[in-house]
Order: sequence, then C-alpha cells, then structure tokens
Amino acid sequence: MIVDTQVARFETISLESGAILSPAEVAFETYGTLNPSRSNAILILHAFSGDAHAAGIGRDSGKPGWWDSMIGPGKAFDTDEYFIICSNVLGGCQGTTGPSSINPETGVPYGMSFPVITIGDMVKLQKMLVDSLGIAKLLAVAGGSMGGMQALQWAAAYPEMVRTVIPIATTARHSAQQIAFNEVARQSIMADPDWNGGDYYDKQPPARGLAIARMVGHITYMSDESMREKFGRRLRDKDKFGFDFEVDFEVESYLRYRGKQFVNRFDANSYLYITKAEDYFDLLGGTWQFAFEGADTRFLVISFTSDWLYPSYQSQEIVRVLRRRNLDIAYCDLQSNYGHDAFLVDVAEQTDVVRGFLASTYKASKKEQSEVVTRP
Amino acid sequence: MSLVLDNSPKTSQGKPFVGELLGRGDFAIIGEIVERNTRVLDLGCGEAELLAWLIEHQNVEARGVEISPAKVRRAISRGVSAYQGDIDEGLADYPDRAFDYVILSQTLQETRSPLKVLNEMLRVGKKAIVAFPNFGHWTVRASMLFSGQAPRTKLFPYKWYESPNIHFLTVNDFEELAVEQGFNVERRVFISGKQRISFLPNLFAEVAVFLVGK
Repeated sequence: MIVDTQVARFETISLESGAILSPAEVAFETYGTLNPSRSNAILILHAFSGDAHAAGIGRDSGKPGWWDSMIGPGKAFDTDEYFIICSNVLGGCQGTTGPSSINPETGVPYGMSFPVITIGDMVKLQKMLVDSLGIAKLLAVAGGSMGGMQALQWAAAYPEMVRTVIPIATTARHSAQQIAFNEVARQSIMADPDWNGGDYYDKQPPARGLAIARMVGHITYMSDESMREKFGRRLRDKDKFGFDFEVDFEVESYLRYRGKQFVNRFDANSYLYITKAEDYFDLLGGTWQFAFEGADTRFLVISFTSDWLYPSYQSQEIVRVLRRRNLDIAYCDLQSNYGHDAFLVDVAEQTDVVRGFLASTYKASKKEQSEVVTRP
Repeated sequence: MSLVLDNSPKTSQGKPFVGELLGRGDFAIIGEIVERNTRVLDLGCGEAELLAWLIEHQNVEARGVEISPAKVRRAISRGVSAYQGDIDEGLADYPDRAFDYVILSQTLQETRSPLKVLNEMLRVGKKAIVAFPNFGHWTVRASMLFSGQAPRTKLFPYKWYESPNIHFLTVNDFEELAVEQGFNVERRVFISGKQRISFLPNLFAEVAVFLVGK
C-alpha cells in the first residue's frame, strides 16, 4: 500500500490560550474507503513524535507508517472494513502548522512567537479536518500515549461525534513524574547555545540538546527488563573497557544513535511546544464535566504491565471516572515486558481486543442505522 | 462464537426440565430471568459467554468484571465491555441502581466478604441474581459423615487446601440471610442435574439460583 500525505488548509483557528492562528494547515493520510453512509471512519491519533504517516509505505520516504502493525488489510484497524484517517498534530513539524512554519506576517518561521497550544487545540484542528471530510460521526478515535490523551479529549469535547474511544497506554492527566521528564528534555534543548531563543532555522539547530532530550525519552519508553534483555551490560565493538568516555556499552551506543537520528526528523521547538501541551493536559481537574449523559460512546482502555511512564494505575483512574458516570467501558492491562513502547511493538493481544471491540461496535451501529432507515 | 442453546423448558415425562445454556443449567435459568433491553452487570464474567448470549438474544446492555487477564481479553475480543478487576473493585464507583440486574454466578462462596458483595450488588443493581452450589446437598453431607474429612463431591471436587471456596453455604443459609437482611427473594430455582426440583431443596438441590430485590 503506497500512500500519499495530503494537506488541508483552514483560514483560522482560535486557541485555548486566546491566541488566533491563521492559517492552520494539517498534514493527513487516509487508508481504506469511506462507506456511502460515512459510518466507518476511524481517526488515529499519534504519540508525541509521530506523524500523519501511520500506515502503508510512504511514496516519497519509502518507509512504513509508525502503526503499520495495527493498520492495514486484516489488521486491528482493518482497512478492508474501515476508513482510517491520521493527521499530524498542531504544533508538529511534519506538515502541520507548528513553530517551524512560516509566519505569514513576518515571512520567517514562528519560532518562539508560535502560540502555546494544548491537547484541546490539537483536537479542535482534527475536528475541523473531520468536518471538512464530511464525516458527522467517527466510528472510533484511537491512539497511544499522547494519542490516547487526544482520544480522551475527543470524548470530552465532542462526545456526540465519537462512537468508540480507544485510549492506550495513556493518562487523563499528566503526572508530576511525566512533567518532570518533559522539563528535563526542554531544559536540555534550551541549554544548547544553538537553540538561540528558538531562532535557529537559518543556522545550526540545537542538535546536541535535542538528541539528549530524545535519549531521556527513549529510556522512559523502555522498561528495566526490556533494556536488560536488549543490551544487558554488553560492550559495543570491544571486549574490554576503553577507560575513556567514548562509547563502552551497547546501551550508550543505542541511545546516541537514537538521539542523533531524531535530530534529522524533528524540530526542537516542536519538542518544547508539544511537551508543554502534554503537561497542561488534565481532564480530571474539572474539565471532565462535559455533557456526557446519554451519549452512546463506548470506551476501550488499554494499559501495559511494564509501562512505567504511563503506568496502569492511570488507565484504571480513567476507568473509575467513567464507571462513576455509568458509561460503557472495557479495560484490560496487557502483559508485556516492552514498557511504554508496547503499544507500538507488542501488538498481538492489543490487536485481538481492538479488532473484536471495533467489530461489535460497527455491527451495532449498522443495526441502529438500518433501524433508523426502516422506521416508518 | 459457539453459543449453543438447548433451552427446552418442558420435558416429555412432565417433570420440569432445565435446559442447558452454554453447557450450564444455571446459565439457562439466568437467561430465562433476565428481561429484554435491560442493563446487566456480570461479576466474574469469565470470557463473557453468558453476556454475549444475553446481548445477542435479549438485547441487553452488558458489562462484565473479571479478574483473569486472559479471560478479560477474550471477553473484549468477543465485543463485550468487560474490565479487569476483582469483584469488590468492580462494584465500587458505580452509582446506585445503575443496573437492572447484577449477576453473581457460582462465585459467592469464593468471595472474601460475601455479605458486603450482596449488599453492593443490591446497591448498584435493582435486582441481584445469585447462583451458588448448595453445600447442604445430601452427597456433601454423606461425604463428610462417612469419610470424616472435608467433603469432596462432584459439586465440591477440591481438596481442602486447593479449594477456591472459602465461604460454604447451603440453600437454607441463604434463605436465613435473606430474612435477616430484609432481602426480597422474588424467585428461587433449584437444580439437580438437568431437573428443576422443589422437594427438600436444601437436601437435593445441587445449584440454587435466587433472584433477589431489596
């Protein structure tokens, strides 16, 4: 499946902070076919550093999408059945308007003059995209990590537009530990002299700071166990210590490689803005008081046993809140050693539950539709 | 889905006959009790065989609670809204009278605080359906009398140290508790093998199913 990224353009979007952004462009991809009743659309929401390219092989990049294991013919999000949409988030750097985009008023990239955005703003722009595609109600919104936050935000902000909400390895509010890791990453970027107050687009970017931020990130995505299995104390290309500060251990080499690789595809300012949006996210602090009663939304909440970045208790917190409201909810804590990365790499059991849950909802919604149609 | 319904309610011999639903007599009784288009919570729902049947045939809105991760996974894969948790956890947080029925099938004797569970069931549910193996059955009594050891029968096959059952109860025990607690027993069905019985249930019922309101 060769796929193309498309761009939708909106004249203006007003943000939670009060700022107004114009224009706002959204990069998105779609897979599968929208059915005539427009009832089989699923919006996939990407995690922190993801992009619109969720599945298939990118025409230009030649690379598979970040959730290709879950999206495609016969997969959990079956493109033979469903119409799948994935867009790059607001504030991102992979085609959607963000700090590296040109500010039309100045003719140069926004940099730090880009307004601070929230998860709510990201979802608002996604809703504009979904509206523009002529879809009144999504069969599902689904995503892991920050994608899960967006899924929950969808349920909170536009409950009448979502039939199924699938938040995976996520939280309804960013915790002190999560904010702390994000702050270390931000400080690492901002401490790099090349960051230059966010003004580096025609100069050397803050590659060292960004790489270190990513290295910290990667540690939090794995687990103690998966790191022991993957690296142990193995040395890299040597059989004894170098007694210097070059790479000794395999794990050092891996982190350096990941950090360096990340610099080529991600913008440091986007890192700052998107982590800030995550940190502001708190659906339990009062804003979860949306008009939800009577909505027919179903929730499938998934966590992973070894995820210590978004630990299972945070998913269980979501479950309890939903139960208090007597909502339709399924929850499972899947066994995996892969830590937070599990939702991307350990997908066999995740596939079973997502596929079955979606199929039953789709069947029920088709039944409801035919009842509506045949009602005298 | 392999849902087999052998739900023939009457027999040729004129004896009340209990069909089997998914291979279980108590499921057949529960399937008979639960009315269409109601809201049902099944505590200890396993792989949600019963709930899937109730959704399909009685159009209920179903939720299940199950402690085994593998069973929860299969329940959800079947499309049922099940969640992982123990029974106490599964009942907490629900608003009062959130369900028309709360089902507890063959699990009451395994709970740590059965009375608390029953009261919680009657808080979140308008009605509770409780099915349990009858410890007063004559085979249990005979086993204990003649062996002098903790009884082991078809219904209670475990050695004492392997048994999940920690609160044994008989039909009469449940009836007594219902009076004490002011539970309103709306229906009681006693099963022995494939027969529905009414004569000396405390002695002859293998499984009892109670429909209780408050």
